[in-house]
Amino acid sequence: MTKILTKHFDEPKLHELETYRSLGGYKGLEKALAMAPADVTAEVVKSNLRGLGGAGFPTGGKWGTVPPLDKVPGPRYVVVNADESEPGCFKDRVLLTRAPHQMIEGLLIAAHAIGAKETFIFIRGEYQNQHDIVAKAVKEAEAAGYTGHASVKLMRGAGAYISGLDTALLETMEGKKAWPRQPPPFPTVAGLMAKPTVVNNVETLSMLPFILREGGDAFAKIGSAKNGGTVVFSVSGHVEKPGVYEVPMGSKLRDVLALAGGVRAGHKLKCVIPGGTSMPPLLEKDLDLALDFDSIRAAGTFLGAGGMIVLDETADAVEVAHNIERFLAHESCGQCTPCREGSYWNEEILERLLHGKGTAEDMPNMTRVGENITGKVICALGDTVGVVTRAYMSKFPEDFKKRIPNG
Amino acid sequence: MAKRVKFKLNGQEIEADEGRLVIDAAKDAGVEIPHYCYHPALGNPGNCRMCIVEVAGAPKPQVSCRTAVREGLDVKSDSEIAKRAQASALELHLVNHPLDCPVCDQSGECGLQDYYMKVGQYQSQVRENKQHKGKRIVAGPHVMLDQERCVLCTRCTRFVDTVTKTHELGIFGRGHSERIEVTPGKVLDNDYSGNVVDICPVGALTDRDFRYKVRVWYLDKTDSICPGCSRGCNISVHTNTKRPWHNDGKRVARLKPRHNPDVNGHWMCDEGRYGFGSLDADRLGRVLRMTPQKQDVSWDTAAGEIAAGLDGAVAVVASGMLSNEDWAAAKSLFAGAKFYFTPEPDQVGAEDALLKKKDKVPNLKGAENMGLKSGSFDELAKDLEAGKISTLYVLERDLGQIWGEDKAKALVAKASLSVFQGPNKCAVSESFRYRLPATAYVEETGHFTNCDGKVQEYKKALDPIGEAKPDWEIFGLIAKARTGVPA
Repeated sequence: MTKILTKHFDEPKLHELETYRSLGGYKGLEKALAMAPADVTAEVVKSNLRGLGGAGFPTGGKWGTVPPLDKVPGPRYVVVNADESEPGCFKDRVLLTRAPHQMIEGLLIAAHAIGAKETFIFIRGEYQNQHDIVAKAVKEAEAAGYTGHASVKLMRGAGAYISGLDTALLETMEGKKAWPRQPPPFPTVAGLMAKPTVVNNVETLSMLPFILREGGDAFAKIGSAKNGGTVVFSVSGHVEKPGVYEVPMGSKLRDVLALAGGVRAGHKLKCVIPGGTSMPPLLEKDLDLALDFDSIRAAGTFLGAGGMIVLDETADAVEVAHNIERFLAHESCGQCTPCREGSYWNEEILERLLHGKGTAEDMPNMTRVGENITGKVICALGDTVGVVTRAYMSKFPEDFKKRIPNG
Repeated sequence: MAKRVKFKLNGQEIEADEGRLVIDAAKDAGVEIPHYCYHPALGNPGNCRMCIVEVAGAPKPQVSCRTAVREGLDVKSDSEIAKRAQASALELHLVNHPLDCPVCDQSGECGLQDYYMKVGQYQSQVRENKQHKGKRIVAGPHVMLDQERCVLCTRCTRFVDTVTKTHELGIFGRGHSERIEVTPGKVLDNDYSGNVVDICPVGALTDRDFRYKVRVWYLDKTDSICPGCSRGCNISVHTNTKRPWHNDGKRVARLKPRHNPDVNGHWMCDEGRYGFGSLDADRLGRVLRMTPQKQDVSWDTAAGEIAAGLDGAVAVVASGMLSNEDWAAAKSLFAGAKFYFTPEPDQVGAEDALLKKKDKVPNLKGAENMGLKSGSFDELAKDLEAGKISTLYVLERDLGQIWGEDKAKALVAKASLSVFQGPNKCAVSESFRYRLPATAYVEETGHFTNCDGKVQEYKKALDPIGEAKPDWEIFGLIAKARTGVPA
C-alpha cells in the first residue's frame, strides 16, 4: 500500500535533520519558496488534501479564504493544532515523535503560501516528550536556515479537550478560557489576536512536503474522489495488533482491520468507532465501506481524526455510551447551556441504567433530549453530546433494554 | 444611516436597518424572542441558546442574537421547530436549577419563570439529582450570589469586564460544575455593583438591601429621575403601599435604572440606587410657627404672615433639589431677592467617567436656565452678621452643613423673618420662625434639567406626608396672600 507519512518510519533516526534530509526532506519547502504563494495554494487545491484533524475541510480551500496581503495588510499566522485529545487518537503523537521535521517543513510551506511571518505549534500539555522532540527539531531547522521567512514558536496546552477545537485553541493561545468562538468571522479572517490565521492539524501539514515535491496531481491520484492522498488511522481496542496504520483515502474498513490483525482471536466484531469516541459506531455490515470523508459521512458517521476503536461482543453498549458521555460531561467547556446541562443529564441517566435502575421512559427521553441538543449548540462537542447516546441506543437497543427492569 | 431593508418575521414583512440583529429588530416590531445572555449593552455571546429561530434556507436553527437582518431574510420565531428549540433550551437550563421559587427573591421577575409560562410549560423529565454549588455567597456590600440558581449567561462577568472594567466576577470550573465566583482577593464593591442584580435574569444575584423585604408583585413602579447628581439618570421608583407592614414599614422599596440611551444607558450608580434610605427619615408634616412657642398654623395663616415680611432685604437659600416649576415660582415670588444655591460646600462629591457628576443635586441647570445667579455663602454670612438681611428663606438645605450648626443657628437668628421649607428635618430647621413641610421628589410631579440641559419629567409615586405641598404650590399661596393672585 502507498505510504506517504509513515514511509520512512523504519529509519530509527528519522527525527533528526540529517536523516530526514537524506531522504528528500525539505526539498518540498525549497521548491515552494521558489514558487509564488498563490501557486503553492493552487497546488494544494489540486491535491484534494482534506483537513485531517477531523473536519475534513479542503485545506487549499481554507487557505484561499485568507484575505490577500495587499487587501488586508498586517500580520497573519499559521497555527499547528497538535492538541490531539480525542480518545482513540494517537496518530499525531506518533507523527510528532517520529517525523517532527515532516510537520515543520509542511508548516513552513503553509506559512509561505499565506504570507505568515510567524507560526505557532500548539502541543497538548500531556505531550511533554513530543514537545521536547519538536523543540529540538525546530532548533535544527532554524540552525539550517529553513526559518528565514517565518519563525516557529511552541506553545503548550493546559489539558482541556476542547482546546483541540480550532477556535477554542486560539482562545487558549490568547490566555483565555478555552471557550469556542462562534463563526463568523472564521479564523482565516479573524483568528489569533483577530488576525487572519490558518489552523491546520499535524497530519495535514505533514502531507505538504510530498504534495510540493511530487505535485498535487500525484497526491490526488493516491486517494479517492475529492479525498486526496492517504490517511493515518490509530487503531485500538479489541484487535490483535493495535497501532498506527497509513492507508490511501477510500480504503475499505475491512482492509484497515486486517492490517491491525483483525478482531482478537476467539471473538467477533461488535462495532467499530471510526474516528474517535465522538463518532457514531459502524457495524459488521459496514466492513466494505470506503474510508474517506464523504463515503463515511453518507453512512451516518464521521472519519474524524482517524481514531479507530474496535469493539468485540464483550463490550456493552450502555457501558460504552456511559464512558463516552462521562468524558464529554467532564470536558464540556460549559459555555452553552444545552451541552453543559445535557452532557451531565445524559451521564446521570446512563449511570442509573448501569446500576439497573432504568425506567421505560429513559430511552425515549434520551432520544428526545439528544435531538434537541444536536444542531443547537456552539461547537462540535455539543453536537456530539446529542449524537453519541442516540447512536448506541439505535444500534444496540437490546443492550439498553436489558438494563431496564420490566422494560 | 443604515440601509432600510425588508425581511419576514413570522410571515409578516417588516422593515429594519440592514445588519441589525434579528432579536432587536423583532423587539422593535413587538415580538419578544426569549433570551438570557444577550444584552444590548453587553454583547451577544450566544451561549444561552434561548433565542433560537428558524431561518429559511439555513441548515439548522439559528440564534437570533447573532443573525443579522438582510433583505429577504425569512425568520420564524413561532414555528414548531423554533418553539421546540426554545422549550428544549429552557428545559436544559432547568436540569440543575433548584426548585426554590417560593423562597427565591427573584420570584415574580425571573426570566426562568417568565419563559416557562411563555415557551415552556412541559412536565419535568429530570429524575436525577441536581448539582450542588455555593449558596448565599456575599459577593460585595450590595450583592448576594447563589451559584445554584445561576444560568451562566455571563452578563455579570461581561458587565464587570467591559463596563466598570473592575473584573470582580469570573467564570470558574468547567462543564456542569462551572460557576460564577468572586475573583480571589477581590470584593464586588465598585461604584456600579448594583447593576449586576438588574441584569441577572434569574435569582443568582440578588440585592442585599432589598432581598426578603417585600415580594415584587406588591410593588408599584413609577417613572422618575434620580436626584442623586446632575446626570439625571432615568429611574423607576418601586414603592410598597399595598402591604405597608412589609419592607420594614418603608414606602420606597428600591430604585431601578430605566433605559435612556441619551442619559444613563441601562445603568445607575450605587450612590444613587441606595440613596433613598433617608427619604422618609425625620419628615416634616406640619405647618409650624416656631416662636415664641411651637404652634400649628394653617397654610393661609403662614402664607399671610410670611407674605407681609417679603418687602425688605430677602435672601433665598436653595438647593438644586428644586424642580423647574419650583425655580420658576421662586423667581417670580422672590423678585428682587438674592439667591444662594451654589452646590459648594455641602452638595458636591466624587465624579467619574461613566455617570457620576460632581454636583450631587439634580437641577442646578434649571436655575441657571431660568437666569438665576447664586451669591456666595460667605457673603451671605457677612450680610446676615451685619444685619443687612431682614428675611431669610431656606429651601431644602441644611445651613448647618455649610456654616456649622452653632454658627448657622446664630446667623438665622439675625434675620427678623426666617422660614425653613423642606421635606426633612435638619440640624437647624428648628431655629427658624416658620417651618413649612414640602413634598419629597417622589411625592410630586415635576421636571429636572440635567447637566447637559435635558429637561426630564419625574412623576408622583407616593402621597405627600401630612400637610406637605410642592414648593411651587407653597410659593403660590404666599404670592396670593401678597398680591391677590397666585405666582
